Amino acid sequence: MRRSTSIPLWRDERFLRIFGQVLFLLILFVFLGYLINNMLQALKQQGLALGFSFLRLTSGFDIGEVLIPYDRSSTYGRAFLVGLLNTANVSLLGIVFATLIGIVVGVARLSRNFLVQLLARIYIEALRNIPLLVLLIFIYSGVFLKLPQIRQALYIGPVMFSNRGVFAPWPIPTDGYPAFRLFLLLGLLAAAVTWFVLWRHGQRTGRPPLTWFWSLLVWLAFTVIGLVVFSPFEMEYPRLEGLRVLGGKRLTPEFMSLWSGLVIYTSAFIADVVRAGIQAVPKGQTEAARSLGLSSFQTLRFVVFPQALRVIVPPLTSHYLNLTKNSSLAVAVGFPDLFSVSGTILNQSGRAVEVIALAMSIYLSLSLLTSLFMNWYNRRIRFVER
Amino acid sequence: MREPSAETTLPPPTERYTLLGWVYKNLLTPWYNALLTLLALWLIYAIFTPLLRWAFTAARWEVIAVNLRLLMVGQYPKEHLWRIWLSVHMLAFVVGLSWGSLARGRRRIGLFLLILPWLLALIPGFSIATRTHLLILPFVAFIAYWLARLGTSQVRKHLVTFWTSFFILFILLVRGLTPPDGWFPVVPTNVWGGLVLTFLLTVLGIVLSFPLGLFLALGRRSRLPAIRLVSIAYIELVRSVPLVTILFMAQIMLPLFLPGNMNIDRVVRAIVGIVLFTAAYQAENVRGGLQAIPHGQYEAAYALGLNGFQTNLFIILPQALRHVIPVLVGQFIALYKDTSLVAIVGLLDLLGIAKSILAQPAYVGTQREVYLFISAIYWLFSYVMAYLSQRLEKTLGVGER
Repeated sequence: MRRSTSIPLWRDERFLRIFGQVLFLLILFVFLGYLINNMLQALKQQGLALGFSFLRLTSGFDIGEVLIPYDRSSTYGRAFLVGLLNTANVSLLGIVFATLIGIVVGVARLSRNFLVQLLARIYIEALRNIPLLVLLIFIYSGVFLKLPQIRQALYIGPVMFSNRGVFAPWPIPTDGYPAFRLFLLLGLLAAAVTWFVLWRHGQRTGRPPLTWFWSLLVWLAFTVIGLVVFSPFEMEYPRLEGLRVLGGKRLTPEFMSLWSGLVIYTSAFIADVVRAGIQAVPKGQTEAARSLGLSSFQTLRFVVFPQALRVIVPPLTSHYLNLTKNSSLAVAVGFPDLFSVSGTILNQSGRAVEVIALAMSIYLSLSLLTSLFMNWYNRRIRFVER
Repeated sequence: MREPSAETTLPPPTERYTLLGWVYKNLLTPWYNALLTLLALWLIYAIFTPLLRWAFTAARWEVIAVNLRLLMVGQYPKEHLWRIWLSVHMLAFVVGLSWGSLARGRRRIGLFLLILPWLLALIPGFSIATRTHLLILPFVAFIAYWLARLGTSQVRKHLVTFWTSFFILFILLVRGLTPPDGWFPVVPTNVWGGLVLTFLLTVLGIVLSFPLGLFLALGRRSRLPAIRLVSIAYIELVRSVPLVTILFMAQIMLPLFLPGNMNIDRVVRAIVGIVLFTAAYQAENVRGGLQAIPHGQYEAAYALGLNGFQTNLFIILPQALRHVIPVLVGQFIALYKDTSLVAIVGLLDLLGIAKSILAQPAYVGTQREVYLFISAIYWLFSYVMAYLSQRLEKTLGVGER
C-alpha cells in the first residue's frame, strides 16, 4: 500500500497563497463594486449619467487669468487646459525661485557670521512651523490687498505696487525680434558645438574643463550681442492714466500672493535640505582635497558639491512635488489654477464625479512627470559603486 | 602602557574672547563678513521696526481679545467647557511628564513654557474662570515634571502610553458618551470649532490612519503580488494628489458612495478624507522602519518556527515602530498644519473661525491681526512638538542602540 505523500489542500502553502490573493481581490472588487453601484444609483436619481462628453459643452464663465485665448464661449475642456497651464506656470516659477532662495538661506544658515546665521535660522524656523494656507491667506489679504490704491501706488524702481496688483515694465518685441530669434538659435548651436568640443577634450586628456560653464558663456555672449545689434525689444513702462494703468505687465494680487507664498514657504524647507546636504559631507573631504592641491573653488566644485548633491536631490524632489501639489491652495486666494477652475466647472456642470476624477488624474500625471525627471537626474549624479 | 595621570594632562585650552574680540572674529574679520554684517543689521532694522511700530500703535488687538473664546473652542456649549479645560490640564500634565523625563539641562525653555499660561492670564478680557485655570495650569505641569524627575526611566518607558491614553481620553471628553439627557451628553460635531477642532482632527487623523497605514506598509512588502500591487497603487495614488482634492472628494463623493439616504456629517467626512490621505504617508513611514530591520531577524524568527503573522507581530513590528516614533511625531506636526485645509471645505477650525470672525462688519480690515495671531498659535504648538520630538529622538537613541 502506498502512503499518500501529498499535503492536504488546506495546508498546502502554494495553494493558500493563490487562494488568499484571489479572496483578497474578490473582497476588494465586491467592496468597490458596492460603492460604485451606490454612486450610480444616486446619480440615476439625480438624472445624471457618467461620461466625459460634457467637456465639449460651452463653459459660460470667465477666468481671471489665462495663458491661452479663452472666453466664456470656450468649452469646459479648454477651461481645464487654462487651469492646468496656470498650475504649471505658477509651479515652475515657484520651483525656480524657491530653489534659488533656499540655497541662499541654506548657505547663510551655515555662515560663520552670527547675525547672518541668526536671520537664516529665524527665517527657517518661523516658516516651517506655520501652515501654508494661513501664510497664503495672510499674504493675500494682509499684504497684497492692503497695498495703497492705484493713485498712491508705491514705486520700487520702475515697478508699481498697488492693491490692484503689481505692474512691472515688460519688453515688447520690435521689428528686430525675428532676426534676434534666429540669432539666438545660432547661439544655441554654437553653445552645443562648444560643449561637444570641450567634452571631447575632456575625454582625451582626462582633465574635464568646465563644460557647462563655457557653453553657457558662449550662449550668453550671443544673447548680449544679439540684444545690442538687433535691439529686438522695447521696454514698456507702466504709466497711470486716470484710474487705469497702461503698458507694462500686470501681475494680479492673486498670482503674486500664491507665487510668493509658495516660494517663501518652500524655500524654508529647501534651505534646511541644503544645510543638511552640505553638513553631510565630512570635513576630511575638504581637507583632503586641499592637501591634494585643489583650489578652494575646485574643492567645492569637484569634491564637496557632487557629494552634497547626492544627499540633497531626493528630498528636493519631494519638496518640488509638494510645491506642485500645494499650488492647489490657490483656491483660497482666488487664483484660477487647475483645482479652483475644476471647482467652478463642477458647480457649473454638476458633474462632480468626472470633474474630481479628471483633476486628480491630472495631478497624478504631473507628479509622475516630476518624479520621473528627478529620478533620472538622481540616477545621473548617483554614487557609482564599484 | 600607562595611562597618563590627571595631573599631567591638562584639558585643551578653551577659546576665550572679550566681547570686542568675539565681535571682531565673528562679525568683522574677512572684509566680506563685515559687509554681510552690515547687510544683516540693515535687514533686521528694515523688517522689525515697522513691524513693532505697527504692533504697538496701529494694530487693533481687541478683535482677538473679544473673540478669543470663539478662536479656541468655537461654539462649544458653555456649560460643557469644563471638559475642554480638563483636557488642557491633562495635556499640561503629560507635557510636564515628557519634559521631566526627556529634557536634561534645558530648564530655560521649560520655564518659559511654565510661565506662558501666567503671561496669557495677564491679557485683559478674560473671565475669572479662565484666569483661574490658566493660573493652575503651570502647577499641574510642574507637579508632573517633578513626578517624572523622581522616576525618570520608568516614566520614559511609558511615555508613549501616556500620550496615547491622553489622546483617547481627550476625544472621549470632548465628544461625550450618552444621549443629550444622559449624565455625560454628546456634544454634536457641528458646534465643534476653533483650536479644539484643529486638535481633534489632528489626533483622530493620526490615531485612525495608523492601523490602515500599518496594513498598507506590510502589504507593500508582502510576497503576494496581488496584495503588494494594490498597496503600492493606493499609496502612490494618494501621495501624488493634493490633500484639498481628497477633502473635496470626501465632502462631495462620500455621500454618493453610501447607500440610500444615509447622511454623515461634515466633520466625519473631513476626518475620513484626512485618514485616507494620512494613511498613505503613514505607510511610507512604517515602511522606513521595516526596512531598517536586518533580514537576519526574519530568518531567526523563521528558524524558531514562527509563522509570518507571528514574526511580524512579535519580532518585526515592535522593533520597527520604535524606529518610527520620531517620524510619527513629524507626521503629527505636518497633519496639524494640514488640518487648516478643512477651512476650504467649510469647517470652522482655527482658520475657519478666523475667516468667519473677519466676516463680521465690526472687524473689517483686521486681517493682519487675526491671521498673525492664529499663525502664532500654529507656530507655537508645532515648534514645541518639533522640539520635543528632537529630544525624544536623542533619548530613544534611534539608530544608535
